[in-house]
Amino acid sequence: MEPSRHLPVTLSVNGSQYPILIEPRRTLLDALRHDLGLTGAKKVCDMGDCGACTVIVDGKAMYACLLLAVDCDDREITTIEGLATGNELDPVQEAFIRADAFQCGFCTSGQIMSLRALLDANPEPDDDQILRAVTGNLCRCGAYPNILKAGRLAADLQAQAASNGQ
Amino acid sequence: MPEIRVKPKQGENGTELELIEDEGVRAWAPDADLQIVGQPHPRLEGREKVTGRARYASDVRLPGQLYARVLRSPYPHARIVSVDIGKAEQAPGVRAVIHAGNVPRIPWYEEGVLFESTVRFVGDEIAAVAAESEEQAEDALRLIEVEYEPLPFVSTIEEALAPDAPWVHDDGNIAGEPKTYERGDPDAGLRDADVTIDAAYSTASALHNAFESHGCTTFWDGDSLTLWDSTQAIFVIREQVAEKLGLPEHRVRVVKHHMGGGFGAKQIAWKHDVIASLLSRQAGRPVQLMLDREAENLAAGNRNPTRQRVRLGARRDGTLTAIVADIHQASGAYRTGGEASNVSGTYQTLYNCPNVRTEQVAVYTNTGPAVAFRAPGHVEAAFALEQAMDELARTLEMDPVKLRRQNYSEVDQLEGKPFTLPEGLRLSYDRVADAFGWGAEKPPPSSESKRRGVGFAAHDWSGGTGHPPGYAWIELNADGTADVITGTQDIGTGTRTGLAQVAAEELGLPLDCIAFRLGDTATGPYSPVSSGSATQATIGPAVRAAAAEVKAQLLEVASSVLEVGADRLSVRAGRILVDGDEERSIAVSAVTEKIRPHTLQGRGARGPNPEDKTIRTFGAQCVELEVDIETGEIDRLRIAAAHDCGRIVNPTLVDSQVVGGITQGVGFALTEERTVDPRLGLVLNANLEEYHVPTVADAPAIEHARVGVPDSEANSTGAKGIGEPPLIPTAPAIANAVYDAIGIRFREGPLSRARVVAALAEQRAQGEGSRP
Ligand code: FES
Ligand code: FES
Repeated sequence: MEPSRHLPVTLSVNGSQYPILIEPRRTLLDALRHDLGLTGAKKVCDMGDCGACTVIVDGKAMYACLLLAVDCDDREITTIEGLATGNELDPVQEAFIRADAFQCGFCTSGQIMSLRALLDANPEPDDDQILRAVTGNLCRCGAYPNILKAGRLAADLQAQAASNGQ
Repeated sequence: MPEIRVKPKQGENGTELELIEDEGVRAWAPDADLQIVGQPHPRLEGREKVTGRARYASDVRLPGQLYARVLRSPYPHARIVSVDIGKAEQAPGVRAVIHAGNVPRIPWYEEGVLFESTVRFVGDEIAAVAAESEEQAEDALRLIEVEYEPLPFVSTIEEALAPDAPWVHDDGNIAGEPKTYERGDPDAGLRDADVTIDAAYSTASALHNAFESHGCTTFWDGDSLTLWDSTQAIFVIREQVAEKLGLPEHRVRVVKHHMGGGFGAKQIAWKHDVIASLLSRQAGRPVQLMLDREAENLAAGNRNPTRQRVRLGARRDGTLTAIVADIHQASGAYRTGGEASNVSGTYQTLYNCPNVRTEQVAVYTNTGPAVAFRAPGHVEAAFALEQAMDELARTLEMDPVKLRRQNYSEVDQLEGKPFTLPEGLRLSYDRVADAFGWGAEKPPPSSESKRRGVGFAAHDWSGGTGHPPGYAWIELNADGTADVITGTQDIGTGTRTGLAQVAAEELGLPLDCIAFRLGDTATGPYSPVSSGSATQATIGPAVRAAAAEVKAQLLEVASSVLEVGADRLSVRAGRILVDGDEERSIAVSAVTEKIRPHTLQGRGARGPNPEDKTIRTFGAQCVELEVDIETGEIDRLRIAAAHDCGRIVNPTLVDSQVVGGITQGVGFALTEERTVDPRLGLVLNANLEEYHVPTVADAPAIEHARVGVPDSEANSTGAKGIGEPPLIPTAPAIANAVYDAIGIRFREGPLSRARVVAALAEQRAQGEGSRP
């Protein structure tokens, strides 16, 4: 290692602070997967074509492979590992299981994060908005119809949980 | 103790012995009252996958782990004059560099070695680096100095077959012996036909693009090697890596818990498996080597492109008198041994026809080696044969479904044996036509520039049958739950869940009492590769046999607990039931607790397939679509599918396989085509930017009309495979629908926007030219 080529950065991920020393060229995706050991976000294309690396940055679904980690200092990052509360799954996660919205599962965390960002911004999306939320997320296994169903179901589960909570 | 017999058979290396193992159970009757098998159920590994905890090969993190990258040829064909790794070895973070000069000449492919002195495709392996980070490994690759002497090359079948073509290998461009088959008198069949079709089709090379690339993480402990591999075949990897490295098999352990897709390309050990192992040994550290997307698309397999000339002869009533197919397929630069692309097969078996001839010639080209891709051979053949059948139906002015019914075969014409479920294809025709509304009036197109069409295609598939050997072990725990252990792997299809349902059914336990373990050669018994849609049909019966053995022991013990003869006992939903005396039922755990710490254990082996019958899977699809005659866009796809996969163990999983297969079929039909620059031999779209897999917006409306008739003669569970079949008929059904819409026959696939626009322009020009 040559420390001279490394820069300090503090990543704020799933509510925890991670001060790390990284090369400026390291993507957020690599920093998450290698420096933080958060391997839920997947690397498929590494060039912004597939969405498997999607995480939420300051409330927006973003491709982690297109962000440099050094540019993410002080930004609020949520990854798939940050969704469940203890053993309790996020409604989007729950919906994915129930709707069989994956096969191999390699695109799944990206799909879930895109829909999570949608529901955060718009808790009552219509079908077209659900579709548009995941148009940047490819699925080679072709689980698309069930991914859309899961989006619908997640919105319903979340609404139910909200009304039960009141 | 189940009976074992030994049977000699002729194998590749002379006489081999086949072990015939008795499963000790009878097949479930087609109408058996099953509680868990046949029920929809979400995947058992769902929680792991939606939380990001599911560990794939690329997620392995070991102390001191290094990352590797491979230097690949930039030329389609070149002699390597020299390789200098001096600077790379000195680069920051580098811990090992290997190339032809510092590793043994490990035999690879047919006559070759691990690092060749002549590279034969863009992407061919030359050297590899392991470093502290992927970035540093990449930096070091740029410091390796290679002197090349570029050689002339061939990229396509046509170029490879030209009289003065440069040779890919020293013995020319024909890969292996041509495969020929003939029955009856095909020439007479064509001569005597009332109607003939003679047409040349071609299919493009499609790229698997499994979302998880190929790769592995390797680690040596003394002279024992562990690979966490992204593979469909942990035992194949173990055998092949052990052989390449000169290790006994028991010193190699292969682990695969989850895999991000394989689609056929991950059933052999590829060079990167051994490269990672060698780097790891040299560095004395664990090494992770995952291919990047470009390498994945250059060097880890593709669907072989084909050229097929098809001739059909038929009588006026539609009865086929001859089928003749002359087939060329491009193997790429090497024959991997995993290509298994039998393009001829479906011509020989799908339709009843006394006179058939096929000739299949494999050709080397200076492109990445081809490997099996979901229903290899059949997808390519169906594109041609099923369009030719459509052309025949139109020539005869006959309904295309009727034409196929007219030529129905209930027997395997290669072996002269009946099928185990001879009505499988007929049921598929009935269900799909019904669900789709075949023959109903077409609704008008959605706008003025659109034309609507419908199309049909059928298929058969030699896979999905399952076969021995394959094993399972079951341990019934003291608390009445069970661990089921096999050495198979779940490649994303839901294997864990489908097999656990079989175990739960036979054991009489609720599904949540089953822990299913697989994917580790060190902990589970032998299982074959997960390919050919075989896993459920291969391992399901072994699991059932193991469960039956445990259940027999359990009832034996229960009979002393209850003081009732074991023949009056059964298990259901976790309770032991006494025939005719409901009051006396007790929980399974009440029995197992009594013998604690002893446990009950069973072993199951997959028994033989029937000798006098052939197992096969069939299906058919109907497509409706619109073609925009101004933009060439094909959209509003509606597809109905019916496939005979025997008993449906879990409709949730089967529906997902059908939808996923059809979606890949839409890609194969419309957009997926590897493009090779003819002047440079470079692949121009080895990425997901320019190689277009279907997106969510391209997904068709799919209706799966389940057939679901148990094939009780196929195996003891009555279930056959469904992984590959749904992809087979999609592309020809789409092409037939496009013809129906605009009257243009696309004999060259895929039906890309560019091809459709060009063909529409030509059609317009001809129309104008022919006007008075
Ligand atoms: S890995 Fe980031 S978009 Fe594909
Ligand atoms: S589930 Fe396999 S890529 Fe989407």
